Amino acid sequence: MASEVLMPSSPSEAVSLFGDGAATTVIGGGTVVMPEITYGRLAPDRVLLLTNAGLDTVAVDGDTITIGATTRVDALAELGIDGLTACAGNVADGEIRSQATVGGNLCVGQGHEAPRGDLQGALLALDATVRSTGSDGERTESLETFLPHRHARLVLEVNFTRPAASAFAALEYPHTHEYTVLAVSGTRTADGTIRLAATGVAGPGARLRSAESAASDPEAAGAAAVNDVTFADDSLASAWYREQTLPVLVRRVLAQLEEST
Amino acid sequence: MNLTINGVETPIESGPLTSLLDVLREELGITSPKAGCEQGGCGACTVLVDGEPRRSCLTPAASVDGAAITTVEGLGTPENLSPVQQAFTHHYAAQCGFCTSGMMMASQAYIDGGGTDDREAIQHALGGHVCRCTGYVKIIDAVAAVVRGESFDPNVTAAGTAMTNLGGMA
Repeated sequence: MASEVLMPSSPSEAVSLFGDGAATTVIGGGTVVMPEITYGRLAPDRVLLLTNAGLDTVAVDGDTITIGATTRVDALAELGIDGLTACAGNVADGEIRSQATVGGNLCVGQGHEAPRGDLQGALLALDATVRSTGSDGERTESLETFLPHRHARLVLEVNFTRPAASAFAALEYPHTHEYTVLAVSGTRTADGTIRLAATGVAGPGARLRSAESAASDPEAAGAAAVNDVTFADDSLASAWYREQTLPVLVRRVLAQLEEST
Repeated sequence: MNLTINGVETPIESGPLTSLLDVLREELGITSPKAGCEQGGCGACTVLVDGEPRRSCLTPAASVDGAAITTVEGLGTPENLSPVQQAFTHHYAAQCGFCTSGMMMASQAYIDGGGTDDREAIQHALGGHVCRCTGYVKIIDAVAAVVRGESFDPNVTAAGTAMTNLGGMA
């Protein structure tokens, strides 16, 4: 059991208490960390519990959207961005979505038997930036550059621009298992730029840049996408199966984006 | 820490990271929330936190300090079952019973939130709850019946079987 549980009551106090993040376990909603403690896989010495940290504000300024780290996953639906709504709605079930936080979902590591971090894909497709704090202080960077360092940093907020269109497609997950097998998110900006990203691959969510380059030809984009990622091979699905189905999901997302023109 | 549990303000002595499930079951002896998977996958531990269904196994006690908690013990009594309990009994919506507490709490929240008797909506609301007996149809029947305001003779099931014939299980 933890010897020290810290409950900051403001964002600045959270930053101060997190410090360089060394030996500190962050709990947002608890849905990721609590089973680790229950099953004895984690015995944290120092815990930062963000319940009262005031990091759950959502600010919409024109097309610019800023989401606090402890915003609940289900609150994303209120932004009215189709792809993000669908992606968030595909996370586990309603009770989990009302407890789990955006920051936790971005920072989560590989599961014991499945990929995790569904929102990484949708937010990569939104070209989101992340403001975080850690050993070198606060910084703002793209989600893509943030993800490799996510375990060492405290997310403060996520920022992105409302897209002209957005879409999401996922393999259905098996009954009783709540992790997404494979999913693709896509957006189109006002100037016609297409961004695509996948989750359920090996490692964190990843942009599908080869597929983006070929986006005008969905068949080619789907075929190209398999070069952009390495495939997870776990109890949910084999790498072979994911490789066969990624092109299908890419085509579905591009079709959805086309329909919303 | 303090919790108001089924209307009774209760001091809590467990540590801040103790799960709400363990606070209820181990510290306080309130055993309707079940320790199923204890990783958020089954829904057997769901209780209401300030009226919202919440997985108690995933909830650190400190994160709900001061909250109002409702468990099955707060729904009704054996002599005076709540509408949800009556409907689950009447529709025979429990087989082994392990998921029933969580199912009933999620159902109560759905009904309190103005849920309709649309079966798909009920399925969605109970989507995080696993019944390994696969008795979902009767569970959904029960929730829909409560929404419709149906009332029941607690001693008779929907199939017409007097509960007293089942070894006095009523």
